[in-house]
Amino acid sequence: MASEADSKAASAPGLWGWINQRLPIDAFWRSQASEYYAPKNFNFWYFFGFLALFVLVLQLVTGIFLTMFYKPGATTAFGSVEFIMREVDYGWLLRYLHSTGASAFFLVVYLHMFRALLYGSYKSPRELLWLLGMFIYLALMAEAFMGYVLPWGNMSFWAAQVIINLFGTIPLVGPTLVEWIRGDYGIADATLNRFFSLHVVALPLVLLLLVALHLVALHEVGSNNPDGVEIKKKKDARGVPLDGIPFHPYYSVKDFFGVSAFLTLFAVVVFFVPTLGDLFLEKANFEPANPLSTPDPISPSWYFTPYYAILRSVPEKGTGAMLMLIAVLAFFFLPWLDRSPVKSIRYRGWIFRTFLALFVVSFLGLMYLGLQPAQGIYVTMSRVFAVPYFLFFLLMPIYTRIDPVKPVPERVTFHA
Amino acid sequence: MLKRALLVLGLCAASWLPVAATAEENAAASEPLNWQNWRPGNSVSDLPSLQRGAHNFMAYCNGCHALQYERYQRLADDLKIPLPVVEASLLPPGSNPLDYITSAMPSDDAQNWLGKAPPDLSLIARSKGTTYLYQYLKTFYADPKSPTGSNNLAYPSTAMPAVLSSLEGVKQAAFRTVGDDKIFQNFQTTVPGTLTPVQYDDFVRDTVNFLDYVSEPAQVGRRLLGKWVVAFLLLLTVLSYQLKKEYWKDVH
Repeated sequence: MASEADSKAASAPGLWGWINQRLPIDAFWRSQASEYYAPKNFNFWYFFGFLALFVLVLQLVTGIFLTMFYKPGATTAFGSVEFIMREVDYGWLLRYLHSTGASAFFLVVYLHMFRALLYGSYKSPRELLWLLGMFIYLALMAEAFMGYVLPWGNMSFWAAQVIINLFGTIPLVGPTLVEWIRGDYGIADATLNRFFSLHVVALPLVLLLLVALHLVALHEVGSNNPDGVEIKKKKDARGVPLDGIPFHPYYSVKDFFGVSAFLTLFAVVVFFVPTLGDLFLEKANFEPANPLSTPDPISPSWYFTPYYAILRSVPEKGTGAMLMLIAVLAFFFLPWLDRSPVKSIRYRGWIFRTFLALFVVSFLGLMYLGLQPAQGIYVTMSRVFAVPYFLFFLLMPIYTRIDPVKPVPERVTFHA
Repeated sequence: MLKRALLVLGLCAASWLPVAATAEENAAASEPLNWQNWRPGNSVSDLPSLQRGAHNFMAYCNGCHALQYERYQRLADDLKIPLPVVEASLLPPGSNPLDYITSAMPSDDAQNWLGKAPPDLSLIARSKGTTYLYQYLKTFYADPKSPTGSNNLAYPSTAMPAVLSSLEGVKQAAFRTVGDDKIFQNFQTTVPGTLTPVQYDDFVRDTVNFLDYVSEPAQVGRRLLGKWVVAFLLLLTVLSYQLKKEYWKDVH
């Protein structure tokens, strides 16, 4: 688009020109930021993509410093975390930033995904963008689970026990697979060390690669917006979308505000309520791993509990694990399940709105139920809440087709 | 064993049942003592309380319990106890102020004597909570059927003897029998201790407060720093919002 400007930068005198003839920094900045056009009508829900990127960087940086002091190993891990909390200068801050960051990551990712549901951001031409995002979500779950095991507290140990045993429900290969994952006959030193390796090297690499691809795909197709209107359809004489504004400075300055507001809330948690009740750091995890003492109840972190509630609602473990897997993977199929001619909820009818509302209620309900003991009313309620959860996906091809949609405007709606 | 299980069940039931259950047999007519509602109400920024708690710990707990993640030096620094005082009164002979606070009791022996090695208390206030610790230290009672001669309401069948009874006195617990359940009614002090009930309450609160501090020595500093960080970020949020507004004036 800016080939004229590119050649100008490349022919610029001095060191900057010399560099740009060899590495197109200027051209890259223009094509991805200062002359990358985003819809001007982004609302509140459009903060969370940038925030997810910000939290990723925060986790990488704090993680690097934590790794300098953390000592993987069944006899050293727990003590080294306490060493960080007590004797490393600002070690407690590093640890709380990282533990709060894990929860914040899921919070912003869930809000980011909900935005896609609201405005149909997974629909054509953004199917691959959505799939890449879903792979990020899967990698993030693996990353978070393995990170949770590292402090080697009692909940770490038993969470590893429960989650790894799920693989045992796979027919034929299950038990062998479980042993292969653990590297021992039980959750042990070998398990902890491989989780450390995966948590600090393998999965961060996968995450970074996927995030890079997610961004490339985003900048190729361009952002969706709250109206679900393709801004590239209406361009001016220079080829600039009429409803687009340069990402830099407009959205860079807006996201800077978003990051400041986010960090304020984040700091309140880190400095004043780092355990957030029992949600971000659990009491049972301040006891060292003990194979002879099972915490009651064993509950995973809040961001996994919707799926955990589904797992526990089925008496037969294999079926439960299967349903849990489907509950996660169902998101992958959204671009093809959704048959609506309209993207944004603004122009969808009451049927889609009702199903989406029920889905949100069931997701939050299951999240709550997964934190409760697996007994009586909680299990029954999990079954009740699981129904609208699955129906949201299962019936989508039908209800999105009969949904009474409204006409979509030609241009985005924007009030300065 | 079965009796203890029943006692636990009874206690659980007691917290559910309204007082309305018909008065029976040996029950004293008074209201049952609601120890589950006791709260320590401690504050880790109360330095004198922490200092008294440290003294209590060293005098009464450290014989069996260690604080393996806390150094004497750190204790002295955080609690503003002059190092000479620590060396003279808290430090065991032959120890260095940089040593961790270990216990003199060999854990193998402890295992044999008590059936269970006394746990390290560095993180007990985080893993069990201060409310539990406070209730635990205040609900010991004489129980001739127990191997230690005492029992506890917050942790029935605890392996720890009532080591603080010289201070608190020896308490008898009155239970009411409803069906097969024994429901706790109240305590009666039969042998007075060296402290009055109010003094003992302070003793326990200070000790729990000290354990709260030990479980996370950085917590006071964390909150102090937090105020500045949050204030700065609030200011940054306001300014960045103004900046955003200024830029977005151009967008129509």
